[in-house]
Amino acid sequence: MIHFVILISRQGKVRLTKWYSPYSQKERTKVIRELSGLILTRAPKLCNFVEWKGYKVVYRRYASLYFCMGIDADDNELEILEIIHHFVEILDRYFGSVCELDLIFNFHKAYYILDEILIAGELQESSKKTVARLIAAQDSLVETAQEQANSISNMIAQATK
Amino acid sequence: MAGGSSSSTAPAPSLVDSLFQRSLDDLIKSLRSQPAGAEPTLLSRALAEIRREIRSSDPDTKAIALQKLTYLSSLHGLDASWAAFHALELLPSPSPLHKRLAYLAASLSFHPSTTDVLPLSTHQLRKDLSPSSPPPFSSLALHLLSLSASPDLARHLAPDLLPLLSSRSSPPSPLRPKAAAAALRALSVCPDVVPHLFKPLVDCLSSPDPRVVSAAVGAFAELASSGDPSSYLPLAPEFYRLLADSRSNWILIKLLKIFARLAPLEPRLAARLVDPLCDLLRRSSAQSLVFECVRTVFSGLPDHDGAVRLAVDKVKDFLASADDPNLRYLGLRALSMLGPRHSWAVEESREAVIRSLADPDPNIRREALRLIMGMVFDSNVFEISILLVNYALKSDPIFANEILDAVLTTCGRNVYELIVDFDWYVSLLGEMARNPHCTRGEEIERQLVDIGLRVRDARPELVRVARDLLIDPALLGNPFLCRILSAAAWVSGEYVEFSRNPLELVEALLQPRTSLLPPLVRAVYIQAVFKVLVFCFNTYIDRLEISRLSSLGNSTTGGASSIIESKSTAAASCIADGTTGIESNDGIAIGDKPASLFSSIENKDPFTCESLTNMLILIETAVDPLAENDEVEVQERTRNVLGLIHMLREIPTWKTEEQGFIKDNRIGEIVNLLQSMFSEELGPVSVNAQKRVPVPEGLVLEENLANLAWTLAEDDTAPFMSISFSLRSHQHGETKDNAASSVQSTSLLAEHRKRHGLYYLPAEKDGTESNDYPRANDPLLPASQGDVSEDLVKLTDQSLIPRKVKHTKPRPVVIKLDEGDGVSTSPSTTVKESKDDLLSGAIHDVLLGKERKPSSSQKKYSDKSSRRRVKDVSDNGESVSLSKEKLDLGDREHRSSGSRRSKHRSHGKERHTSPQKNDEKEEKNHRNSTRSSHHHERHKHRQRGEALLDVAPQAPVIQDFLL
Repeated sequence: MIHFVILISRQGKVRLTKWYSPYSQKERTKVIRELSGLILTRAPKLCNFVEWKGYKVVYRRYASLYFCMGIDADDNELEILEIIHHFVEILDRYFGSVCELDLIFNFHKAYYILDEILIAGELQESSKKTVARLIAAQDSLVETAQEQANSISNMIAQATK
Repeated sequence: MAGGSSSSTAPAPSLVDSLFQRSLDDLIKSLRSQPAGAEPTLLSRALAEIRREIRSSDPDTKAIALQKLTYLSSLHGLDASWAAFHALELLPSPSPLHKRLAYLAASLSFHPSTTDVLPLSTHQLRKDLSPSSPPPFSSLALHLLSLSASPDLARHLAPDLLPLLSSRSSPPSPLRPKAAAAALRALSVCPDVVPHLFKPLVDCLSSPDPRVVSAAVGAFAELASSGDPSSYLPLAPEFYRLLADSRSNWILIKLLKIFARLAPLEPRLAARLVDPLCDLLRRSSAQSLVFECVRTVFSGLPDHDGAVRLAVDKVKDFLASADDPNLRYLGLRALSMLGPRHSWAVEESREAVIRSLADPDPNIRREALRLIMGMVFDSNVFEISILLVNYALKSDPIFANEILDAVLTTCGRNVYELIVDFDWYVSLLGEMARNPHCTRGEEIERQLVDIGLRVRDARPELVRVARDLLIDPALLGNPFLCRILSAAAWVSGEYVEFSRNPLELVEALLQPRTSLLPPLVRAVYIQAVFKVLVFCFNTYIDRLEISRLSSLGNSTTGGASSIIESKSTAAASCIADGTTGIESNDGIAIGDKPASLFSSIENKDPFTCESLTNMLILIETAVDPLAENDEVEVQERTRNVLGLIHMLREIPTWKTEEQGFIKDNRIGEIVNLLQSMFSEELGPVSVNAQKRVPVPEGLVLEENLANLAWTLAEDDTAPFMSISFSLRSHQHGETKDNAASSVQSTSLLAEHRKRHGLYYLPAEKDGTESNDYPRANDPLLPASQGDVSEDLVKLTDQSLIPRKVKHTKPRPVVIKLDEGDGVSTSPSTTVKESKDDLLSGAIHDVLLGKERKPSSSQKKYSDKSSRRRVKDVSDNGESVSLSKEKLDLGDREHRSSGSRRSKHRSHGKERHTSPQKNDEKEEKNHRNSTRSSHHHERHKHRQRGEALLDVAPQAPVIQDFLL
């Protein structure tokens, strides 16, 4: 299973962290620190796998961002690379040529998308279309609810004037 | 909206806070615009702000505060566990926006064991899981459950998962795969829920929706890899069907993972897997799937040569892919899974493997190194080690040390079982120490000393290597090498009799740059000087006496006094040993003519009165300043040396004339005393040695030591003397033998003596102990391994320095005490967690119970399998006991577990009968591990058969699902 998903920028800034196994905050900080030291120093065109404390970390760099996933020793590394790519493609489709800033300012949306792709450290949805549809449905649900709320508060605001 | 509540308590958020609350965007912008150094203050200010805002009664304010906190905790590593309750407060919010944020905050910050408010979420989760709530809400709840399920939460919410898990709505519900994932987590944290959730999870396997199947297969792959896989063996037919039907690579990979676990348990399953696996290997274009097939074949079906052959070919393709480092890495990994039985596979790709040592990627290099070290045998350890140590000179520091590590661990494994030629290995250790990148001083130190203690035949070479290390002033500056130098100093002091030139050694030990060494190493150096000094004097005196004796012997026929003889023989043996060491290096037979032996020493003799005087002066000047050293070890050793020198100086006669030694026998006595102190051989100490020391009768260990004073006041040299006497007599005998026999037999005899007579600590059972000694030229050793290792000799055919193994030399005896000594190689039995036991036990129960109402998918197997059963039984050794048991079952209406158990015992095979015996059974399974798993499996079928009997006692069908 996937134990964690971490997105780190080239400068070592964390852009997203998701933990599928229980880690305390202290452990999380430690994992991020050690892994960024391990991965960011690797030259390009090397293999995408790093061994780390009995786990394997599969990483892949897209522009300035490293997508890292920590997996068990007997998990399939190539499959995880596929999942990373799958995730990136869905992000790209959702944000329209995604860039690091999109993820910074919409960090919660990145989480919602990730939650549609992975659950409990396993891939749950391999179809990009379905993920896009589910996310869109959720967004519209939230939007309509917000519109309603806004109109009511507008009304109240109007009334109290 | 929030205005009214702002007046409640002092730190409560005011209206101003709500109105002018910074949004997440504001926070991010302010963080990004700040210089890097200001981040901590900014973060703490933001955190204070959030702490205030989050207590607001206005849900909007609270939600935004929570969102900001989530951002800070997940991306800036701030602790958010204190806000767990606030996240809980927002969970019931009717607004999807707030709910989503609250669930996000909860899923990122809740921890199953440390979040104490977790039980409070039970009610809300149950509400959101209920079918009446909107699917997005249920989805959020499932996510939270899958991430932070504690055993309690899992137990309480398992019934609520059921409807989601077994929903069969016509457009397949997107919640069902999520429910499967949540069920997996619930199962793994809380085995109690197995009766509720396991069967629905199994049903998911036959769902028409591929997503559900994928989730369920993923769940089973996870369960099988974390727990006891044999519990899932009954599901093998279902998995097999999926393997044949499924077209999704995601599902196939997970299925292969399951089969990789199951195949070793059941040979028939493995046999049936070969065809589909080979098919996939040939057909599939997805490398991930191909790699999974390769891995499954290597770990699950290593006996099926056809499949292994095909997989190895695929691995070769991987290794040959020049542009994809991932495939090269995985190819090496796959090969290292194969193990020594299939070393031909490594042999076939040896070029690629050796080339990988120079790969730009350190991970690939490391993998190649691991693979190569896994293929080392006693016949090729020579070439491979030389190849690697030479390569380490050229590679970067980190990898060089990894290579050294690997070589040291492999060669030192199980008390150097791979090493035949210790002279070679000792010089290899010396070469490793000279590697400029070497930081493995401690291990090299340990091995140098260890070999000195254990392998008598290696000592001359060891002393030579140590001398080369000590004499090089360049090595002294390297802090990583001081441990090695310490070992070298100890070795050359302890085995100084093998040294060609003790004077040179003293100079090396006292060179000015030794001041760079740490104090403890210096102490070892000085102690070595002490030993060398004593040895030189002893040799000198003995030689004088012998020459006097021989002159006496010439004049008066053989009337040498017995006192002198007993004293001189000890020294003579030393000299003889010394020359043994020196001359055996040159390949000259020794010990046949004592006369020529002495004259040969005379020729290049350092032991003259003059040279000894020089040595004394040298030592005194070099060591004297250290007498005031701060470090107590150094000071003490220094004072020992100085004390001896002063004592020798006080006896004036020897300065003037050589014969003075003989006139004044005091020097001889002193030196002999000290020599005997050092000449007792040190041996390796068993880890169990302490236990073997018998407590003398009448000794009360707890008693106060106060009245020890009078014991010490007595002449305390008495026991010491007795030891030295026994030693001398021992050496006396040895010299005689030495003189009469050739090189090989000398060492063998000495070893023999050592084993039976002079043992460091007497072994309990000498007879069995001696079997542990690997005999030199044991014909069994090469015969058993020769086959496999032949291939690997070729591995290094293209090595940089081709060298031939010298088979002419027998392997010297390596002292090995008992099993506790050195590194234990016996595989440690894996102790599984009790949770796994519970889980597999529970699943076992469910599978048992399931038989009472078999599901549709399994029904069709049952009648087929009953037919198969007959065939199966006939080719099985257990047929007799089986049929007997069947008869018993047929006769019996009610099962009585007690009597049955006794019957099973009479069959001589341990059978698990009642579910109550589960615990015991699990234990046994672990103990018997793989060998018994087959029986275990078989037994399960029988149990199921018994269960079926309750339903239909007339037809005692024992299902065989594997058909």
